[in-house]
Amino acid sequence: MRKTACGALFFLTLFLGASLTGWGQAAASPTAASPQVDRHLSDLDQQVHQAQTSGDNAWMLTSAALVLMMTGPGLALFYGGLVRRKNVLGTMMQSFTLMALISVLWAIVGYSLCFHSGSSFLGNLGYFGLNGVGAAPDPDYAATIPQQTFMMFQLMFAIITPALITGAFAERMKFGALVVFMILWSLVVYDPMAHMVWGKGGLLNATLGGRFPTLDFAGGTVVHITSGVSALVTALYLGKRVGFPKQPMPPHSVVLSFIGACLLWVGWFGFNAGSALAAGSLATSAFVATHLAAAAAALGWAGAEWIRNGKPSVLGAISGSVAGLVAITPASGFVSPMPALLIGALAGVVCYLMVAKVKAKLGYDDSLDAFGVHGIGGTLGAILTGVFATSLVNPIFKDAQGNALPVGMIDGHAGQVLNQLIAVLISWGLAIVGTLVILKVVDLVVGLRVPEQDEIEGLDLSQHGEEGYNFEA
Amino acid sequence: MKKIEAIVQPSRMESVKEALVELGIMGMTISEVRGHGRQKGHTEVYRGNEYTVDLLPKMKFEIVLPDAMLDTVIEAILRSAKTGKIGDGKIFVSTVEDAIRIRNLDRGEKAI
Repeated sequence: MRKTACGALFFLTLFLGASLTGWGQAAASPTAASPQVDRHLSDLDQQVHQAQTSGDNAWMLTSAALVLMMTGPGLALFYGGLVRRKNVLGTMMQSFTLMALISVLWAIVGYSLCFHSGSSFLGNLGYFGLNGVGAAPDPDYAATIPQQTFMMFQLMFAIITPALITGAFAERMKFGALVVFMILWSLVVYDPMAHMVWGKGGLLNATLGGRFPTLDFAGGTVVHITSGVSALVTALYLGKRVGFPKQPMPPHSVVLSFIGACLLWVGWFGFNAGSALAAGSLATSAFVATHLAAAAAALGWAGAEWIRNGKPSVLGAISGSVAGLVAITPASGFVSPMPALLIGALAGVVCYLMVAKVKAKLGYDDSLDAFGVHGIGGTLGAILTGVFATSLVNPIFKDAQGNALPVGMIDGHAGQVLNQLIAVLISWGLAIVGTLVILKVVDLVVGLRVPEQDEIEGLDLSQHGEEGYNFEA
Repeated sequence: MKKIEAIVQPSRMESVKEALVELGIMGMTISEVRGHGRQKGHTEVYRGNEYTVDLLPKMKFEIVLPDAMLDTVIEAILRSAKTGKIGDGKIFVSTVEDAIRIRNLDRGEKAI
């Protein structure tokens, strides 16, 4: 490849040199040399483009795999360890089922509803059955990778978002009801939100014609606020677990949760840095911000616990890191390293207080703190994105001449915070209304909650006929 | 024949076992149990929720022995299990009606 390039350049130089010095009089229109050189040049073009695509595609496929890993086994273990032993399989099954269920739904209609053009609120069915989604890139989204890669990457987000909600109604939802609930939630809440923020013509899209351009790099609103707020709604609708809060229900294995949380941290590099949709310096910037926020948040939560309880717990430290990762999600591709530290630290402390103080006071049973970490962390992160986003990291807004415009408040564009608030309100509203309606429908048709005896026996036996640990076997 | 149930601290299990073996006690049943006498438990905190754990792990020895050995064995267990702190455990003595070896149907003191 190098030799062809050198050869082409050599001939090009010869040709240019010859015509400039007048030697080319006879070759002023050298019909013999020109098509050859043109062909070499266009070959070169193709090779350069292929090289870039290779790099970007390799990173994006890896990122997609990392994000899937966040659901299974990351979230499955994180949540699985937090529930009582009798519910460990039931909890993991919820995450795993979504890996399968949402994938099928995505391929048939989900991707189209999110990412095809349509209205400001939803895409149409132009990509039904992934029709037209192939190797050719869609330059509106990512010009250097096959559209199928983009579609797969986005699928992993569609999988993990509903999986996060399962934390709120842990240990008490019927499996069949969960399946129906999740299909409806994915279609009614996730797809519209994803379209509004990331889809062509979406109401909140920052670059593709949004009425209220919102900065959400990897899904603070789309993923964390929708799932976190929906989690609160389901926790309130389903009611508390039998025995809550008097009966002790400590995690049956902080060890499993630890492993899950670490997988989440590593996977999040795919989640955030992958949202750069290319392997360039923006991906690096997002990677850095992601990691620093997780680190600061872990220290923040553990530190707050140390002060308040006298001992920093492992569960607190890992929960802190998750909270920081949640908060940095919308900001990751827009902020510099120091603001990332600050966002993380704030998220660690705020989410800790939310979970340890506010939740107890209000008395609802958000069993695994899906609202406290994702709902609150996501809201905090979405708003702070408007504060700390800067064109120095990501010149996402440009004027007609292509010059970078101020992005966030620190650039002088305080109005961005207002747009962030609008997106936050819309996501809260969609999550609340959509989830309530779906819960009502599923409750009427299937029945949401397991009977009390099944809940006491545990989901593993009552819903799946299995036990997680048969150590005597 | 007498039966001894001795509930001891898990950290003393090895030395109690050694002491029994030294006395020629060949048969014993050891189980992991939970319980408490007057010993207080401890508090665990998970995400701000406090849990009082007052079922503490202990080791339980069950030994059936000839009447003649009773005092020596009790003294050996006391010596090896004691730490001097609350939570050291207890020894219970009861009378056994019969003992049978399953393999060859030996009965009585021959079986233990």
